[in-house]
Amino acid sequence: MALDKTGIAKRIAQELRDGWYVNLGIGIPTLVANYIPEGIEVEFQSENGVLGMGPFPFEGEEDADLINAGKQTITTMKGASFFDSATSFAMIRGKHVQLTVLGAMEVSESGDISNWKIPGKMVKGMGGAMDLVASADNIIVAMMHSNRAGVSKILKSCTLPLTGVGCVKKVVTDLAVLEIKDDAFHLLERAPGVSVEEIQSKTEGSLIVAGYIPEMKI
Amino acid sequence: MNKVIKTVTEAVHGIEDNMTLMLGGFGLCGIPENAIAELVKKGTSGFTCISNNAGVDDFGLGLLLQNKQIKKMISSYVGENDEFERQMLSGELEVDLIPQGSLAERCRAGGAGIPAFFTPAGYGTEVAEGKEVREFNGKPHILEKALHADYAIVKAWKGDTEGNLVYKATARNFNPMMAMAGKITVAEVEELVPAGTLDPNEIHTPGIFVQRIFQGDAFEKRIEQRTTRTK
Repeated sequence: MALDKTGIAKRIAQELRDGWYVNLGIGIPTLVANYIPEGIEVEFQSENGVLGMGPFPFEGEEDADLINAGKQTITTMKGASFFDSATSFAMIRGKHVQLTVLGAMEVSESGDISNWKIPGKMVKGMGGAMDLVASADNIIVAMMHSNRAGVSKILKSCTLPLTGVGCVKKVVTDLAVLEIKDDAFHLLERAPGVSVEEIQSKTEGSLIVAGYIPEMKI
Repeated sequence: MNKVIKTVTEAVHGIEDNMTLMLGGFGLCGIPENAIAELVKKGTSGFTCISNNAGVDDFGLGLLLQNKQIKKMISSYVGENDEFERQMLSGELEVDLIPQGSLAERCRAGGAGIPAFFTPAGYGTEVAEGKEVREFNGKPHILEKALHADYAIVKAWKGDTEGNLVYKATARNFNPMMAMAGKITVAEVEELVPAGTLDPNEIHTPGIFVQRIFQGDAFEKRIEQRTTRTK
C-alpha cells in the first residue's frame, strides 16, 4: 500500500545521522521531526533565524516572537540560538547544515526541482527554497509520486518554473525511495506492498531497476 | 547622541510619495506595526517596499496594500494575502520575487558598502534572467546587486536613547540588515531605555545605524499560525 504523509516522514527520518544540523521545509518535511531515531541527536534549523527548534508550545504558552519558517508558533530546545536572516543563509549557503528536506511539485531525472510557482495560478514566491537547493550537498525531496489525477511528478524534465537545477539526489515518495544519478531515477526501495511495475507505470522519467528491490521498513 | 523622537508621526516625517522603504519582519513577526499604521494614516503612496513578506489582508503591509499605497514589492514570499494576489495578477502591483537568502544578503551588502556579490541561489531559474553568470570552484553563480532604501523601518524589542537595539527571538530576522541599509533608519521598540542600561556585550544593532528611535504606543503582535500541542 502506498504510504501516507506520515509514512514518508518516517522513512526520511531513517536518513538522519547523529550530530547533524537539519533544515526541514514546510509540509511533509516538518513531520520528520516527530520520528527522530532513538539514540541520535540532531538539531533543527529554521531559516527565519533559529537553531535548536523544539516542538509546538503548550496552549497558552505561544510567543508571537518565536515562530518557524512556516510562521507556526514553536519552542526552543536547550542550547538553541537566534540569529538574523543573513547569518541564517550563511549557514545554508556555507554548507554548515548537513541535510535539507523539502517538498516538491516536480522533480526531473537530472535532479532539477520545481516547487515555487504555477504560472497564472499560484504565485507565492520561493522563500528560502532556491538558496537551500543551490547550496546543500544533501537534499531529500518528500513528495507524492503522482498528482490527484494520477499524472506522474517524477519526470524527464520539469514543466513548471524551476527552483534549482541538478541539485536533488534523493526522493522519497508515497511509493518509492529513488536516487538520482547519471540522468536517471534509480529505484532503491518500494513502499510495503507496492510492486515495481506500479512504480514503473507511475514514473515518467527514466527508471533504473537493478536486481531485487526491497520493501521500505517503516 | 540622542536619537529619541517622541511620536510615531515624527518617525515617518520626511517619507514622501514614490520613495523606497525597507520594512523588517518575517511574516507578522518583528514588523514595525506602529509605523505601518501611521503610514496608512499619512496616505503617502507609490512606495517601493522591500520586505520579506507582504503581511496578511488586514495586518502588516497588507494594510498599505489595501490602501493602494504600494507600487512595487520586493519580497521572497507573498502567500497568505488575497489582496496582494489580486493586485499582482491584475497588473496594478509590480512584484520582484527574489530568494530569501539573496534578499537578506542584498540588504546587508547595501548597508556594508558591497555593491554586488555572486551567489549560487537561483542559477538556472527565472531569477537568473538577465544577470551575469560566473563560475567559481566549478559551480555557476549569479550576480546579485545591493539594495538600498530611502527609509528603513525596523522593529526591536529593546532600544536605548543612542539607538542601540536588541531583538527578541525570531523577531530579529531581516531587521538588523535593513537597519544598516537605510539612508534614514527608524527603529520602533517595545521598550525604550536610557543609554547605559543595555549591556554593550548584548547589542545586536549598534546605534550608528539608527537615526530615529521611538517606543511604540501599543503592539498587537498578531500570530499568523497559532500551533500548539496538548499536555
